[in-house]
Amino acid sequence: MIPRLGALTQDTLWCFSQVKGTIEIGATEADIISTVEFNHTGELLATGDKGGRVVIFQREQESKNQVHRRGEYNVYSTFQSHEPEFDYLKSLEIEEKINKIRWLPQQNAAYFLLSTNDKTVKLWKVSERDKRPEGYNLKDEEGRLRDPATITTLRVPVLRPMDLMVEATPRRVFANAHTYHINSISVNSDYETYMSADDLRINLWNFEITNQSFNIVDIKPANMEELTEVITAAEFHPHHCNTFVYSSSKGTIRLCDMRASALCDRHTKFFEEPEDPSNRSFFSEIISSISDVKFSHSGRYIMTRDYLTVKVWDLNMENRPIETYQVHDYLRSKLCSLYENDCIFDKFECVWNGSDSVIMTGSYNNFFRMFDRNTKRDVTLEASRENSKPRAILKPRKVCVGGKRRKDEISVDSLDFSKKILHTAWHPSENIIAVAATNNLYIFQDKVN
Amino acid sequence: MMLSKGLKRKREEEEEEKEALAVDAWWLEPGHPAVAQAPPAVASSSLFDLSVLKLHHSLRQSEPDLRHLVLVVNTLRRIQASMAPAAALPPAPSPPTAPGIADNLLASSDAALSASMASLLEDLSHIEGLSQAPQPLVDEGPPGRPSGAAPPSLGALDLLGPATGCLLDDGLEGLFEDIDTSMYDSEFWAPVSEGHKSSPEDGPGKEEAPELDEAELDYLMDVLVGTQALERPPGPGR
Repeated sequence: MIPRLGALTQDTLWCFSQVKGTIEIGATEADIISTVEFNHTGELLATGDKGGRVVIFQREQESKNQVHRRGEYNVYSTFQSHEPEFDYLKSLEIEEKINKIRWLPQQNAAYFLLSTNDKTVKLWKVSERDKRPEGYNLKDEEGRLRDPATITTLRVPVLRPMDLMVEATPRRVFANAHTYHINSISVNSDYETYMSADDLRINLWNFEITNQSFNIVDIKPANMEELTEVITAAEFHPHHCNTFVYSSSKGTIRLCDMRASALCDRHTKFFEEPEDPSNRSFFSEIISSISDVKFSHSGRYIMTRDYLTVKVWDLNMENRPIETYQVHDYLRSKLCSLYENDCIFDKFECVWNGSDSVIMTGSYNNFFRMFDRNTKRDVTLEASRENSKPRAILKPRKVCVGGKRRKDEISVDSLDFSKKILHTAWHPSENIIAVAATNNLYIFQDKVN
Repeated sequence: MMLSKGLKRKREEEEEEKEALAVDAWWLEPGHPAVAQAPPAVASSSLFDLSVLKLHHSLRQSEPDLRHLVLVVNTLRRIQASMAPAAALPPAPSPPTAPGIADNLLASSDAALSASMASLLEDLSHIEGLSQAPQPLVDEGPPGRPSGAAPPSLGALDLLGPATGCLLDDGLEGLFEDIDTSMYDSEFWAPVSEGHKSSPEDGPGKEEAPELDEAELDYLMDVLVGTQALERPPGPGR
């Protein structure tokens, strides 16, 4: 796909908005962002990091005085979601890294989110407190109990305003249900259940019940020596609470219907593209391994990300995707090196925009790519401190694959493979994106005219 | 982040002809025509060695990344298949059947992986002087020892190198009498956990032949040499 430069008014112009995180090069590994997620209204933006922390940003109300400055995201709450654990029986340390965060739809004043590490899912309630009761009868102002004999009158406690306090409390802990590493969680559209998927199994939970879950997919072979495929991602259909998909390390997607049977080992639909014989190599399977699967907001399509491409599938067509986008095909000739340094195993995520017309995914050198499904145009942008002037328009980047390198292009061999954009998020209704670049979170918005 | 480039190769004479996949060439000469992606019909040993190294490295993790492991093993299979497509591979010894114990979340992953390792050790124990099949444990694996020393689908020694080269002149006993079996105490050969692995009693019943033919010996040599290569500190080439 050759990107053409259309008239500027037709393409979205992306501008730098904010960057969060430390600037120092020697930032600790615990600060590396491992997941990013907007909530359903886009008012909140959550990040999880390798140190087990969750940071939630809230968009400030847009003021009429500053129409050119769209609402900025500021820190709303920070809490330690998971701690490192030690499994004494196996002598293993369980990493506290947050693998995924998923928001629940808001049903009252409080916000709820699920966060998970390799083994345990937690439901967190984030709520505000801006009033405090004062005037207790049995306690004094410091909370000490009063001697009832000294009380001569009764009064009704009143609520008085206080400085806003945002508190996060763990409401449920869903533990001990996964032998292998959890890679996905997905909230069901019934808002009563959710699923968690590890390498070999998928479990269905009820939010109210923590001591048991239903196993709905189990691909563990009776003999582990026969294991050739693992589950890499899973997601519920956005509207049909009985339907979900899961992807595999062999590049396949299975759609399952929970009404068909309790254990959904037999899929309802099986999506796989036949291998292109001209592209066959020893690394074919590794690069076909799907690292992320996402339903479109409409529920009509699924998008998958493998090492070199993003594919869009129509749920009604199983034998091939309807669209394939090359993310960084120039890496195809470098697969051996990327295998050697393990980059070929990197798991990139992908996201839809609110209208399902544009898809976005990350690459190396802090590049990320957007593909417009309608115009078939694509753009490569970079998340870097150099482009960090407020409202600076991001300049499209280009990788030179061979021959003469133009002035603004970067050659494949100059790419920094340690700077990888694995996690991105798109606001549910506006053109605001969050891009995680190692320990920094970049927020970009489209240009306000 | 790069692995060391100077992988020690066992059969260095053959490497000169296989530049196309030599790791060094990729990195230094991006414009080299050999870089063009026309997968050779036969993989070079360096790619094979690299994959075996990755496999071992993955297994050495206290809790291997299953996806990484499965992908490396499958890739290794492809490479190995292309290297020795016509070689008459001895039949893979049937692995011990995992007893139908109810899925124990705490032990199942250890046990299943260990079952593979047990079958591997089983075959090695046929070799004179290596009857160190680990004792079956009734309870969980001993605490303090890392798990998962076996790749999940290494059901056969056929994964560990084609049969080439080494002729064994002085017979089985002479070859192995100087092998230091304390290597089986290294963390690579983690002791297996309860029940799911073969007990020594199963051994004799599975013995297919009292003697191993040359091809099998080559395989086993590769296993041992490969393991010892891991134990050796990096040489000057690295």
